[in-house]
Formats: sequence, structure tokens, C-alpha cells
Amino acid sequence: MSDEVDKDRRRFLTVTASAVGGAGAVAAAVPFVAYLEPSARTKAIGGPVEADISKLQPGEKMIAKWRGKPIWILRRTEEMIQSVKGLDGRVVDPNSDSSEQPPYAKNELRSRKPEYLVVEGLCTHLGCSPNLILAGAPDAPEADWKGGFLCPCHGSKFDLAARVFTGMPAPTNLPVPRHEYITDTRLRIGADEENPA
Amino acid sequence: MKAVSRPWYAASLEWVDARFPLTKMWDEHLAKYYAPKNFNFWYYFGSLALLVLVIQIGTGIWLTMNYKPDAERAFESVEYIMRDVEWGWFIRYMHSTGASAFFVVIYLHMFRGMIYGSYKTPRELIWLIGMLIYLTLMGEAFFGYLLPWGQMSFWGAKVIVSLFGAIPVIGEWLSTLVRGDFGISDVTLNRFFALHVVAMPLILCALVVVHILALHEVGSNNPDGVEIKKKKGPDGVPLDGIPFHPYYTVKDIVGVAGFFIVYFGIIFFAPEVGGYFIEHNNFIPADPFKTPSHIAPVWYFTPYYSVLRATTSEFMWVVAIGTVLLVLLYWKEFKGAWRLVVPIAALALVGGYFTIDAKFWGVVLMGLSVLIFCALPWLDRSQVKSIRYRGPLTRIALAVFVVSFLVLGYLGTKTPTVALTRAAQVCTVLYFAYFLLMPIYSRIDTTKPVPERVTH
Repeated sequence: MSDEVDKDRRRFLTVTASAVGGAGAVAAAVPFVAYLEPSARTKAIGGPVEADISKLQPGEKMIAKWRGKPIWILRRTEEMIQSVKGLDGRVVDPNSDSSEQPPYAKNELRSRKPEYLVVEGLCTHLGCSPNLILAGAPDAPEADWKGGFLCPCHGSKFDLAARVFTGMPAPTNLPVPRHEYITDTRLRIGADEENPA
Repeated sequence: MKAVSRPWYAASLEWVDARFPLTKMWDEHLAKYYAPKNFNFWYYFGSLALLVLVIQIGTGIWLTMNYKPDAERAFESVEYIMRDVEWGWFIRYMHSTGASAFFVVIYLHMFRGMIYGSYKTPRELIWLIGMLIYLTLMGEAFFGYLLPWGQMSFWGAKVIVSLFGAIPVIGEWLSTLVRGDFGISDVTLNRFFALHVVAMPLILCALVVVHILALHEVGSNNPDGVEIKKKKGPDGVPLDGIPFHPYYTVKDIVGVAGFFIVYFGIIFFAPEVGGYFIEHNNFIPADPFKTPSHIAPVWYFTPYYSVLRATTSEFMWVVAIGTVLLVLLYWKEFKGAWRLVVPIAALALVGGYFTIDAKFWGVVLMGLSVLIFCALPWLDRSQVKSIRYRGPLTRIALAVFVVSFLVLGYLGTKTPTVALTRAAQVCTVLYFAYFLLMPIYSRIDTTKPVPERVTH
């Protein structure tokens, strides 16, 4: 055996050992990151929910809970529907081109049935929950308020189709979750014909 | 064989020293660590920060004995600590007041570094490690704030975690990964608890050790910004240095006494500090379906929160003009390929300002407003460290910065109106101008001759 240090051999062993060890470290990171993802139970709890809308009166809003988010179901009166139609010029995204919704809600009223608005009640700015303020309410945010939603945190205003007005902190309209009508008075939120969860 | 007669403790110390460098460490970091003799009031805050860290760890361990990290029981367990546990209110108020005290002390400690140029060569690494400590502390405070599971805990966390959602492409995945759920829930509370009581404190303590080791390697700066190691006596000890122990240990005890008067005054007489240390809405249990009418972070985050809110789509014009102006202003500094790369990068940025949501840029500016402190050692081009020997430009710039930081902090606690948003935008511009124009004004500013030795 020679007393000389074989530098090439040493370098080769250092590099290969570092590479194999490094790959092992990266592989070991996988379970630790995956552990942080929603668990099977969390995902199951996040499954579709049903809402009974039989008792909802015209002009009334109810809240269903889905994935810890408030889902608003607003039964709009004819007057409310008309108010939306006059506002195309004042909202950022009148046709919901850059907003989040299933294809069947990508229309002016942002709904499957004009009468019912189903949206996630969380501001697209920073996730606060806006309040419904009807036309003529004492706390209306502007003169000649046609009714809509006002975010208490940073003042974003939305119309009765949850479309955001121009010049607001919120960038897009409120998201519409996937939903389907099981019957005329029963709604399933979080699933539809295309994605039966 | 007759043993040499020595007192038992000297013998024990010798026994230990042969096995562990106890006396060596004591000497290196206390008895023979020579600090400049001219430390003033501003030098209290380093040791006070260490004291508050110890208080937070101590009270934190005690609180953990009765706290339940469970969405159903967390709020109630805090109330239980407050009402039924012996002295529970005291330990809890020490912890909640300690959180704010930590930031007061750290901000003053950072300010000290800024006025005396303590970040300048050879102390850049001390400053950067300090910034890491500050960032870790912000994480620690943020995770801890969710634990009482009040309305502000819940909605504050919701707003901040949703900031990650503004990052294009991976944003949604990332915020779900942070929460471990589709919204802030029991899962989130449980993991924030783990981070608050285990991960962050471990990192914090390790960084503090590194911070102090780096400091003791190069030696402390002082109000004159004079390197005391340049003038040493025949014994190798700096002429202007005095041993940390007993001189500064005794001085720091005076600081501790002063600090305790204020700290315990708050704990006993005004633990909520009018809603600034403990926000009123946090006395209401978290309700995911009801947003409080006004959401604001705790005071120590509000300057940055103001920057976030100031970044509206209109403000992007100001940011765009600022970007172009900076490129023109520093054009001379760019050489060779940079003359191509910088304008292209700037154009791409300006394009991005108007194609990606202002919300995203708000998050970017907020992040930058915190991280930009890291660049101070390289932005400051003055030949002189201490403000004592600098000219009017630096003093005015610093004054403008302090005022804009405080105004941003104040505005961040308020509900925004058009006028207040304008004010926040002006202050945001001034805030960044302090840093981004520093290479110019710090260089052209007049200086006074720096003395050879420290003044008293």
C-alpha cells in the first residue's frame, strides 16, 4: 500500500457521497412537506355541502358553510336584478373574464338561475367578509346606492352580482363556487355535473 | 503527598476548567470582553432584548402548561388562565406585554445601529444576523397571535396568510400548505402552536448566540463610531475599552430597573394599552363568518401593513416613475453588460406593474420595506459611521425616515379613507427614498473630523 494520498479518488468519493447524500436529503424533505398538506380528513370535511333554500324569501341572504368559508345565497328580487344590469360601466370586470367562477356562472348576473346568487362571501382583496347593504339603507356607502356588498376592512364595494366596482382594493369579482340544484329548493355546493365530488 | 491548600470552590473550578472552557468563556464574553467606555442610553436595548427573550421563554413555558391548542378550547383555555389559574393573569400579561416590549426594544436597538452606523464595515454580518433575528421574531409574533383564537387572531391570520395567495401560480397552493386547510382552522391553530413554542424559539435562541459571537469577534461600535481596537495599550487591551463585567453588567442593571418600571407599570395598570397591545376584538372568540368591522394588525406590524394598503393600482404609476428615476439616477454606476440588463429588467418590471394585480405588488413592496434594512451596509457610502460626525443631509433624511415610519405605523391602525391612503402613499415614497437615495446623499454629505479616541 502506498502512503501517497490518491487525491482523485478522494475527490471522486467526496463528490459522489455528497451527491447521493444530497439526493437522500431532498427525498427526505418530501414527507415533511407533504405532511403540511391538508390531511385526508381535512379534505373529506372540505367535501360538498347541501343547502335548503326553500325558506329563503326574495331579497334575503342566507349563509352556508363550505370549507370554512361563508357561501352566500342571495335570492334577488326583480328590482335587484335590474340594478345589476345598469352597472356594467362602473365595474372592473363586467363579464367576469378575469374572475373565478364555473362556466355556467360566467354571465352578467354571475349565476345559474338569475334569481339566486351563490358566491364565496370573502373579499378577493385580503379575505374579509363583506356585508350586504340594501338600497336605501342608512349605512349606504354612497348616494344613490343600488344595493350591494361593502367590505368593512378596506372599503371594497361590490354590486348585487358580486362584481367589484372600479378603483377598489379588491382586484376581481367574488368567486362563485361550483354548485348545482338537486331540486328547485336544494342546492349542493362544492360539486356540479362535471365534478361530482 | 500533601495537597495544596486551596478553597474548595477554586479546586472545583479548576476541575471544571480542565473539562469545559468555563473560565475561558466567562473571560472572553464578560470579564475580558473590552467594550468602548462611551456607551450611552441607546446601548441599553441589546441587553434588554435578551432579557425580554428570557421573559418570553419563561412565561411561555408556564402558559403552555394550561393552554389548549384546539379551536374548540383555545379561547376558553386562555380565559381559564386569566380567571382561574393562580397568578395566571400575571403570567399571561407578562407574555402579552412582553411581545410588544420585545418590538419596542428591538426597534430602538435597530435605531441605535442606524444613528451610529453600527452596520458599517466590519459589522455587516452582525447587522444581517440581527435582521434574521428580527424576521424570526416577526414570525414568532405572528404565529403566537393566532393562539388566543379571538376575532383578531383569526382574521389577522386570515388576511396575512391570504397574502401568499397573491403570488402568481403557486400562491394558492402555498397558502393552503401554510394553513393545512382550505381556511384558517383547528389544523392551522395546531401547527402555529408547534411553530410558536418549538421551532421559532429554537431558531431565535440560536441566532441570538450567533449575533453575540459575531459581535464579540469584531468588538462593539460606539457613539463616536471610532474603532477602539486601533489604539491599544502595552497589555494589548484597547485604551478606550473597559471590561463588560462588571462595568456594563452594572450599567445594564440600571437599564433593567428602568425597563421594569415601565413594563410592570403596563402589566399592572394598563395591560391592553388602549387596544394597542391587546386588541379589543380579541376578547371575542374567533368567528369565521363574521368579520370584525375593523381589522388591523398589532402595532408593531402596522408600518408594513400601511405600505401594503398604500399600493393601489393608481400608486403603481408612482412606483413605475420611481423605478425609471432610479435607473436614470444610478446610470453612471452600471458598466458593460449591465447597461443592457438593467434597462430591460426595469422595463419588464414596469410592464409587470400594470399587468399583474396591484395586490401582488403590495405584497412585494411590503416585503421589501422589511428586507431593505439588510441593504443598509451597502447603501451607506459615508466615510464616517456616527451621526455625530455627519452633515445635515443624513440627519434630515433620518428624521424624515423616522417620521414616515411612525406615521405609517399610525395609519396602519386606522380604517383607510381616501385622505389617509394618500398620506400612507406619501410616507411610503419617503420611506423608500431614505434607503434608495442613501448612496447619493450619504456620499455628498459634509462630515466633521472624527476624533482618534472616543469622547466621553
